[in-house]
Amino acid sequence: MTAVGTQLPELLIEATPTFVVSTALATRDFQDVHHDRDKAIARGSRDIFVNILTDTGLVQRYVTDWAGPAARVHAISIRLGVPCYAYDTLVFSGSVTEVDGDELTVQVTGRGQLGDHVVGTVRVSGVTA
Amino acid sequence: MNAPAPYPNVTETILGAAERVKAAGECAPRPGRDPVNQPMINNWVEALGDDNPIYVSAEAAKEAGHDGLVAPPAMVQVWTMGGLHGQRTSDDPLGLMMGVLDEAGFTSVVATNCEQTYHRYVRPGEELAVGTRLDDVVGPKQTALGEGWFVTTRNTWYSGDEPVAEMLFRVLKFKPAAPKADTAEVLRPTISVDTALFWEGTAAGELRIQHCPACGTLRHPPGPMCVACGDDKPDYVVASGRGTVFSYVVHHHPKVPGKTLPFVVALVELEEGVRMLGELIAVDPERVTVGLPVSLALTKIDEELTLPCWRPAG
Repeated sequence: MTAVGTQLPELLIEATPTFVVSTALATRDFQDVHHDRDKAIARGSRDIFVNILTDTGLVQRYVTDWAGPAARVHAISIRLGVPCYAYDTLVFSGSVTEVDGDELTVQVTGRGQLGDHVVGTVRVSGVTA
Repeated sequence: MNAPAPYPNVTETILGAAERVKAAGECAPRPGRDPVNQPMINNWVEALGDDNPIYVSAEAAKEAGHDGLVAPPAMVQVWTMGGLHGQRTSDDPLGLMMGVLDEAGFTSVVATNCEQTYHRYVRPGEELAVGTRLDDVVGPKQTALGEGWFVTTRNTWYSGDEPVAEMLFRVLKFKPAAPKADTAEVLRPTISVDTALFWEGTAAGELRIQHCPACGTLRHPPGPMCVACGDDKPDYVVASGRGTVFSYVVHHHPKVPGKTLPFVVALVELEEGVRMLGELIAVDPERVTVGLPVSLALTKIDEELTLPCWRPAG
């Protein structure tokens, strides 16, 4: 039985340009700021940056890496902070904040060089961790 | 009929448009290009580094209690993305509101919230369609990025007639803010015959280090004569603009003209060996460490003055 306060192991994601571009395309997001550095800079960004569909995916992966394949993900809510530019490293951390029978709420933070990039919660059941 | 107001009230125009779009309800569900399919799932798990076997092994999925292979829930939005040449449909509520706000001068956009709820896992072969309705338009708000409006839409994904997932999506549509501090007020350096080469360099887009042609010594700040051999006819070399933080301070108080507090001043050890002071920008002060790799970021104040600043290397 997983208790409130259980910490998830940290996950490091190296946001290389290859990571930023391949995840943007794998999520069918063709906005130029996610693959064209010149365009991203012209629009006032420092570099290309990770797209929001990837953030949702990373938060899901972070929780299911821990929760195991039998887990069911019911909801993912994320709030975006500072951008995650190419060459940044995201450090995901998380903890269980609610237990309701088999269903847990996990709070997740992905922090980069500039500060918190993504903060969110995941509702998940069937956790075998 | 009322006479038109001499100046249109932007706020009323935006709120009026929002009411009309809201009243229209959910737009006709727009089908995804392809059904839920394994090749795109494979691309996604590869790119995201997700090793969960239920997305790639029917056996593992069955063991986990599914009827067969399932798609990652977080991919739901992927199935109905517009694609490389995608255009919004004419009744798309988000597109309609973006148009209204563009016209009103709120031209930039940033996503702020995404809340997805999954009613069940979807499986390869299912054809999804997405319907969107406008939930709320709130503003004008002063934000760190500038004055803007928060636009919230709700999407529902259907497999046939069955809703399988929902999403609240919020964007901030904003007018980019003017620089926070008036950089024209920055403290200006006193430029002497010895230091002119340095400031002419930054204005020309390069970082110059004074160099002694007699003995090869590099020195900074520039001075009239070589401290190693006494030669008084220096020239310069152009630095690569790469270095590491040797030491730093975070300045919280007092106010400094032209600067937004707090800011970081770093003593940077250049890879050429000399050390140089400058502001370290685009960094959370709490994340600065001695040894942090930095690169040059020249900040043009006006035609006469360009300041050398630093930012985390990347």
